[in-house]
Amino acid sequence: MFEVLSNEILAENLHKMVVSAPRIARARKAGQFVMVRLAKGEERIPLTIGDADPEAGTISLFIQAIGASTRKIVNTKVGEFIRDVAGPLGKETHIINWGRVACVGGGVGTAVLFPLVKALAEAGNQITTIIGGRSSSYIILEDELTPLSEKFLVTTEDGSQGIKGFVTAPLSEMLADPERVPQAVFAVGPVPMMKAVAELTRKQGIETIVSLNPIMIDGTGMCGGCRVQVGNETKFACVDGPEFDAHLVDFNGLSDRLTSYRKEEAGHAAKDCKIGREETK
Amino acid sequence: MSNKISAKDRMAIKRTEMHELPAEVRNKNFEEVNLGLSPEQAIEEARRCLQCKNRACVAGCPVGVSIPEFIDALASEDLPRAAQVLRGDNALPAVCGRVCPQETQCEALCVRGLKGESVAIGYLERYVADWAMSHPDQLLRDDAPVATGKKVAVVGCGPAGLTAAGELARQGHTVTIFEALHDTGGVLRYGIPEFRLPKDIIDSEVAVLLELGVTIECNVIIGKTLTVFELTEDFDAVFIANGAGLPTMLNIPGENLKGVYAANEFLTRVNLMEAGRREDSSTPIIKRAEVAVIGGGNTAMDCVRTAKRLGAERAMIVYRRGEAEMPARVEEIKHAKEEGVEFVMLTAPLAITATEDGWVSGLKCQRMELGPPDDSGRRRPQPIEGSEFELPAGVVINAVGTSANPLLTATAPDLTLNKWGNILINDDGETSIPGVFAGGDIVRGGATVILAMGDGKRAAAAINEYLSRKAE
Repeated sequence: MFEVLSNEILAENLHKMVVSAPRIARARKAGQFVMVRLAKGEERIPLTIGDADPEAGTISLFIQAIGASTRKIVNTKVGEFIRDVAGPLGKETHIINWGRVACVGGGVGTAVLFPLVKALAEAGNQITTIIGGRSSSYIILEDELTPLSEKFLVTTEDGSQGIKGFVTAPLSEMLADPERVPQAVFAVGPVPMMKAVAELTRKQGIETIVSLNPIMIDGTGMCGGCRVQVGNETKFACVDGPEFDAHLVDFNGLSDRLTSYRKEEAGHAAKDCKIGREETK
Repeated sequence: MSNKISAKDRMAIKRTEMHELPAEVRNKNFEEVNLGLSPEQAIEEARRCLQCKNRACVAGCPVGVSIPEFIDALASEDLPRAAQVLRGDNALPAVCGRVCPQETQCEALCVRGLKGESVAIGYLERYVADWAMSHPDQLLRDDAPVATGKKVAVVGCGPAGLTAAGELARQGHTVTIFEALHDTGGVLRYGIPEFRLPKDIIDSEVAVLLELGVTIECNVIIGKTLTVFELTEDFDAVFIANGAGLPTMLNIPGENLKGVYAANEFLTRVNLMEAGRREDSSTPIIKRAEVAVIGGGNTAMDCVRTAKRLGAERAMIVYRRGEAEMPARVEEIKHAKEEGVEFVMLTAPLAITATEDGWVSGLKCQRMELGPPDDSGRRRPQPIEGSEFELPAGVVINAVGTSANPLLTATAPDLTLNKWGNILINDDGETSIPGVFAGGDIVRGGATVILAMGDGKRAAAAINEYLSRKAE
């Protein structure tokens, strides 16, 4: 049993929950995730560990509540318990001082990006962070990311904040400017966004890392449900990932597999849910 | 009652038959297929045992159950003693009585099987174990062991881990099992379907261990949450039994299409997460009219029979050798056939075909014929030129096997592994790290429940020995 110590709404349907999990807090590295099952009979879902405090024995989870399971999780009140939290799982992010890096986040992907930005900043990287969302209400973690970034940019589709349009526009400008071109790019967000970033950086051969969110069941390297095609190989996001070389990932295959349960989940989800598969990471 | 009957009278008794749910009923639900023996049946069957002096059957049992002794107690209608003997040797008798391949182990060596039919040892084991579960007040209690003050960590709550934990607790050691999943039992719970091994049987067997003082901590992944090194710091000995790992891929086109499952994912969804089994399970499962399962082992049988129960009109086994070469238990094959499972034999999949929108549409297959024996001693399947054909299927399940789980070993560099990533052990089950032992699928690759249990029992004896040496 894992006690919920705080539960804060960051944006529409996006919660930050701090959970007591001393062992995980101690072992966790940037880029890793936990498997969470709220109660008996509920789904096991992967959630990125946004942050951890080893001394306090706590981890922070950023949860986008757009499916039946995530909605139940964010409804857990302070002082109540999550039955199962297992981790930290997945490989840690390979952090070095690249020099100049671009960190690109879309929607709840920004929450997954946050621990990477933090670790990259600690390693001495000069970071340009580009955060995108549908509108200003989807822009999260601005206050946390700004002090870690040399440059912090926001894009919104409706122009309600920052640059109107997509994250790819300011990234393209960066790539075209010999003074600003990054040595590495980290991108986390919806699959089409990560795919678009990969296409942009491919031409210049800039190392690009994405964090993937395939369907998972156990998360411990047993079931193989999270497999993705990376280059010529089938990789398992839970043990080989969740981060992969963006230039090798088969994004079309990934996005297609994410729709496997659209029909089943439509039956489960509440009426206001427009998306079949929840994006949990 | 005594068990004093003449050999002639014993020989005259015919082997009993297990009552089963009718195939047409059971292939639509998850109720247990085998219904168990009646008391009269069990006692009559027990009297078939000749009580031979050389106890050939015991040699065939990986955990060395005192078979003639428990059967003698049963034939004498002394159930408490039968239960005491059985449970003293076997930590999971109700599981073994259901899933052990007795026909290739104890029963294969039974003297009565030489001319006629062997004693139904498996049925009797199940009968006594089930009796013990339903008569807790009549059980003979062994004296509580003297606490040794030694702490042992067991990694994995599957058959090997549970067996070792039981043995070690009986020796007076303080045992903690660390389980990666949210529930106990390992493969017994996520892998073996309810219709072969009801979940409440696992719960009861686990309860016996808890009563012995074993602590079980779920949601702890050794190699991730804690490392083996940390365990060696906190415990006097460690037994690693973390089980099988990732599925072996078929390496044919179409493996990542929607509707393609690895056996472990399909079974975990249904068994552990109750998808398709309980109305309100929030874990979904893809159901289709035609389901093709690739493989010929027990896991393949579990998948195909589960698919049938989820409503598949055609649930098919696709196997590249013939029925005689299938590694699955005879009983599983028989039950599957009765339930309407189709066996597409001597057939190898070449590719998984797709619909326009990325769903599985079927298997492109090739007919095979059997050539000379290969390294495994089984006849090697060879493709027949020009025999390609299409098999329609909406779900394809890969049940060809698993590889070693890398999570624990990746963070334990001092553990010596073989080229497949399995942990190497010596004859006592000890790894390259002193005081760290291993057994089950992480050592063997894919094997059976009972072999894992045998490893657990052997390792527990070696750990006990190691701890007493250490104490001196």
